[in-house]
Amino acid sequence: MCLAVPVKIVSIDGDAAETEIAGVRRRVSIAFTPEAKVGDYVLLHTGYAISVIDEAEAEETLKLLEEIASLNEVH
Amino acid sequence: MKFIDEYQDNKLARGLAYKIAKRSTTTIRLMEFCGGHTHAILRYGIRQLVPKTVEMRSGPGCPVCVTATADLDKAIALAHLPDVIITTFGDMIRVPGSYSSLQQAKAEGADVRIVYSTIDAVEIARANPRKSVIFIGIGFETTAPTIAASILKAQQDKIENFYVLSLNKLTPPVMKVLLDSGEIKLDGIVCPGHVSVIIGSHPYEFIPRDYRVACVISGFEPLDILLCIDKLVEQIEKGEPKVEIAYPRVVRPEGNIKAWQLTENVFEIGEANWRGIGIVPQSGLKVRGKYEQFDADKAFSVSPKPPREPKGCRCGDVIRGAAMPLECKLFRKVCTPESPVGPCMVSSEGACAAYYQYGPPENLQDF
Ligand code: SF4
Repeated sequence: MCLAVPVKIVSIDGDAAETEIAGVRRRVSIAFTPEAKVGDYVLLHTGYAISVIDEAEAEETLKLLEEIASLNEVH
Repeated sequence: MKFIDEYQDNKLARGLAYKIAKRSTTTIRLMEFCGGHTHAILRYGIRQLVPKTVEMRSGPGCPVCVTATADLDKAIALAHLPDVIITTFGDMIRVPGSYSSLQQAKAEGADVRIVYSTIDAVEIARANPRKSVIFIGIGFETTAPTIAASILKAQQDKIENFYVLSLNKLTPPVMKVLLDSGEIKLDGIVCPGHVSVIIGSHPYEFIPRDYRVACVISGFEPLDILLCIDKLVEQIEKGEPKVEIAYPRVVRPEGNIKAWQLTENVFEIGEANWRGIGIVPQSGLKVRGKYEQFDADKAFSVSPKPPREPKGCRCGDVIRGAAMPLECKLFRKVCTPESPVGPCMVSSEGACAAYYQYGPPENLQDF
C-alpha cells in the first residue's frame, strides 16, 4: 500500500509529468512535488510523485554503506 | 534500476550484517512498523542475516490488515446499493468481511472496480455520471494526500457523483497506543519510510523522549533496512535513543509540507477503528464539513449486521506484534493466500502472507 518506486521524469506538462522506468512510461501527477524538473527521479506512489530523489544524499548513503562493508571484511 | 539495484548488493549486505553482529551485545527487540518492511525482511532473508541478539517483530503497518471488520462490512453494504460503483485498491477486494467480501459482492452483481490511483476513481465518476462512484479510502499518511487530491479534483471539475469512504489512518498515534499498552516491550522501531516522506521525522520525537525507544526511518531495499538496524543497535547500545533518518534520499525532516497541507485542508483528525486494537482517538482522517458532499458517510446510510471476526484468526495479535504468524493454528494449514481466513494473509503487505511466501519452515522453527 505504501509501495513507492523511483521513476525518471522525461517531460512536464503543468501538474502532470511523463515518467519512465525500465522502459515503462507512465503519466503521473507532480502536484505534491512542484519543484521536480525534467531529468529528476521522483518517488512514485499510486500515480503521484511524493518526493524528488536527492541524488547527493543517495550517493552519500552508498558511500557510507561501502565504508562500513570495507571496514568489516568477513575473513 | 537506478536507486534500487545499488541498495541490493550482497557483499555490502554481508559486511553490514557483520558490523551489526560485532556491535550488538545485548538482546533487543525491534518492530518494523510497515508491512512493506516485513515483506522485504522476509524476502531478502534479513532475519537470518542479523545476529540472534536482534529480534524482529512486525507491526500494524498494513492498511488493508488494520481495516476493521465493521468498516469492511460497511464497504460491502455500500457495494450492494443500487447504481453504486465501488472503486478500491487491489488487495482490499479479497479481504473477508463478516459475511462476505467485495469480491463476493462483485460475483453477486455489484460493480466493484480495482484502481491503481485515486485519479482513476475520479475518471470513473466522470465517465459514469448516472452512477455514484465511491472510493474506499484506505491507507496511511503516504496515501492520504492522494485521496485528498481526488476530492479537490472532483470539486474543481464539478464531478458531483464522486464520494470517499475515509478509512485513512495515522501512524504516530497508533505507535503511542502500542507503547502505552506495554503488551510487548520494544527497544527500537524501524519507522516507515514512505509515511515519513509525507510527515517527516518530527512526529516520532515523543517516542525516544517519553519511552526511550530508538527510532530510525528506513528505506525498503535490503541495504536500507540493514543500515537502519545498524543505527538502531548503535543507539540502543549507547543508551541514546533518538529519531534518525536512514533514508535521506527521499525523507526530509519536515516531510512533504505541500502534500500534508493539502491533506489537512480536506481532512480533519478524528478517531479510527483498528483491527486488533480498537478505537484509537486522533488516529484517523475524516472529511471536513466544507467537503461533506464528497463524504460517503454523509451521503449514504447502510446498516450492516453486527461484525464478527473470523474464527481462530489471530490477525489482531499479529498486527500488534503480540503474536507471530506461525503461532496461529490456521497458518498454512487452513489459511493460505488462495483461501485466506484473515486480511494478514490477503494483503501483499500482510505479515502472514510474507511468512507464507518467503518463510521456509526450517528457518521459522525457532520463532
Ligand atoms: S494465518 Fe490466517 S488465520 Fe492466522 S492470523 Fe494470519 S490471516 Fe489470520
